[in-house]
Amino acid sequence: MANIPQRIIHEYLRHDKKFPHVWCAGCSNGIVLGAIIRAIASMNLNRDDITMVSGIGCSSRMPVYVDFNTLHTLHGRSIAYATGVKLQKPHMKVIVVTGDGDCTAIGGNHLIHAARRNIDLTVILINNNIYGMTGGQCSPTTPHEAFATTAPYGNIEPDFNICDLAMGAGASFVARTTAFHVQEMQGIIKDAIDHPGFSLIEVVSACPVIFGRLNKKGGAPQMMKDFRDNSVPLAAVDKLPPEKVEGKIIRGILRKDVRPEFCAEYAALCKRVQDKEVK
Amino acid sequence: MLKKENKPSKPTPSPKPKTIAKKPDSKLKELQQIRERKMVLMQGNEAVAYGALDAGVNFFAGYPITPSTEIAEILSAELPKRGGVFIQMEDEIASICAITGASLAGAKSLTATSGPGFSLMQEGIGFAKITETPCVVVNVQRVGPSTGMPTSPAQGDIMQSRWGSHGDSPAIVLYPDSVRESYELTIRAVNLSEKYRTCVILLLDEVLGHMREAVQMPDMANVRVINRIKPTVPPHWYKHYDENQKYLSPLASYGEGYRFHVTGLTHDSHGFPTNKSNEAAEMMERLRKKISYNIRDLVQIESHQMEDAKIAIFAAGITARAAKAAIAMARAEGVKIGLLRPLTIWPFPDEAVRKMLRNVETVIVPELNQGQLIYEIQRLTKDKSDGSIIALQRVNGELITPNDILRKIKEVS
Repeated sequence: MANIPQRIIHEYLRHDKKFPHVWCAGCSNGIVLGAIIRAIASMNLNRDDITMVSGIGCSSRMPVYVDFNTLHTLHGRSIAYATGVKLQKPHMKVIVVTGDGDCTAIGGNHLIHAARRNIDLTVILINNNIYGMTGGQCSPTTPHEAFATTAPYGNIEPDFNICDLAMGAGASFVARTTAFHVQEMQGIIKDAIDHPGFSLIEVVSACPVIFGRLNKKGGAPQMMKDFRDNSVPLAAVDKLPPEKVEGKIIRGILRKDVRPEFCAEYAALCKRVQDKEVK
Repeated sequence: MLKKENKPSKPTPSPKPKTIAKKPDSKLKELQQIRERKMVLMQGNEAVAYGALDAGVNFFAGYPITPSTEIAEILSAELPKRGGVFIQMEDEIASICAITGASLAGAKSLTATSGPGFSLMQEGIGFAKITETPCVVVNVQRVGPSTGMPTSPAQGDIMQSRWGSHGDSPAIVLYPDSVRESYELTIRAVNLSEKYRTCVILLLDEVLGHMREAVQMPDMANVRVINRIKPTVPPHWYKHYDENQKYLSPLASYGEGYRFHVTGLTHDSHGFPTNKSNEAAEMMERLRKKISYNIRDLVQIESHQMEDAKIAIFAAGITARAAKAAIAMARAEGVKIGLLRPLTIWPFPDEAVRKMLRNVETVIVPELNQGQLIYEIQRLTKDKSDGSIIALQRVNGELITPNDILRKIKEVS
């Protein structure tokens, strides 16, 4: 290790047996992992008090690399497992790393109910618009008319707006960013972990090897440039003429409300019941 | 009646019952004492709920389903008093996931369901088994397939409880025949899940879940509670799946400094995913041997009037109750007949069944399905003619009555 410069991320990665990672060249997952680690490092959290939970998919391979309590679960069920961990140890910061297929297709039920309960989980949803691990099938966020291996003539279904979905279900913190905007992502992740309630961050990300190739996106650097050029910060939306906002990715914290959090409500209920018993 | 559990090989947890995370007041204690002293009229489902509490269960996640719902209802009232967690999840899949997550964070956890929910839980049960996470699933069986007859009894999930999840995953499945035994076997299920680090299944019959019987609860001092073995090594020595002779290894919880990894992928002894064939074989062997090396501890059977029997009945759960009544009637007429009843249906009591088959001429297997337990008997009877194994099956929502069994006995004797 002597010649390798020690950076913050090295402090938080598991050193033995876990590398090389499974992600393709140009994949955004590593960028998101870096941002999560830097956000956590900036918060001075005890890593024993952090649990990272994931489901199945490319992004869900993330927990094995990091030196936290880590739980790699079933396809779509990460939020349900995370609910169990959080309720048993409410002081823990429970971070769920998931993808568009994992969280909004097979796991959609758990997403909306966790949002409704407002349980204090931080869900980082890496949206690459496709099922990467199984080779490029259509997902609920594959854009209309885009190509996938199961949509060889173009996708005829409309896609989910994940942030609208989460807000509709009652999530108290909802944000969107892209894999290009790393500093912004880091700040949002920090805010989301701090937020006492259910938070969801959609990270619009690049899958150049599968989604990019099927849809002629021009490779990883070009996809990153597209994120830069085709996104607008929330703060600028009102100042820009509508044609400049049309079809763009809106970035930033879209909702941040404080409302009763589930674990706190449950603790209050226990106290109420126990006080009544004593009388 | 319950056989004493063997002592765990690692640091022995305190044998004192540890049921209440927080003891907020004396009222609770008083309530418990009343329950201990008096005969109480209790449903099977109630007995499961109180058994779970007495075994130290402090986390329940579930979804409403007939005929198991009373278990959730009672625990929703009782767990908050004790500082435990009750949560009603969005479906049964989420329920098994939540109890597994909670167990990894240190809880003793349980869920209760019936056929349709049990089918949904199968993937999660497989996950709990491959990750060797203690938890208990209570399945109050109803008539299937599909929605079937929600308020009628059947014993159709005997094979599903063994083979329901994909891949090879040996099972521990217990099957009570009375309200009192529902209480006892719930405690035993929780104990075994903690001891063997696996998902233990408790099968109940619909009629048992809803039947009320007078039950005398034991003194809490006589309730033996087993807690998981905690690691004593420093974190960098900890292996989440440690090898040892009896396949009983320590289990750390999230938040205790061990920072281990858990995955449903085939994994090495540290819990990290592997594609190496030797490590994969090692993991699969551990899952198998954990059960097969501990058969004597796991298997419980009741042998009823078998000493001089020429005809044996092999039945589980509520059907065994009918069989006992039939035996009393048949014996009054001079028929030498007895009952062998498994309290543990998986692992299957091979040894006891072989012994039975050596001593009797005919075995009657009454069951509320189209033939499940009988397959296991047939598996063990290569040297007997097929005519000596008699099936008595019913799947119309009605019980097999003592008279049905008596008629069968008269046919064969």
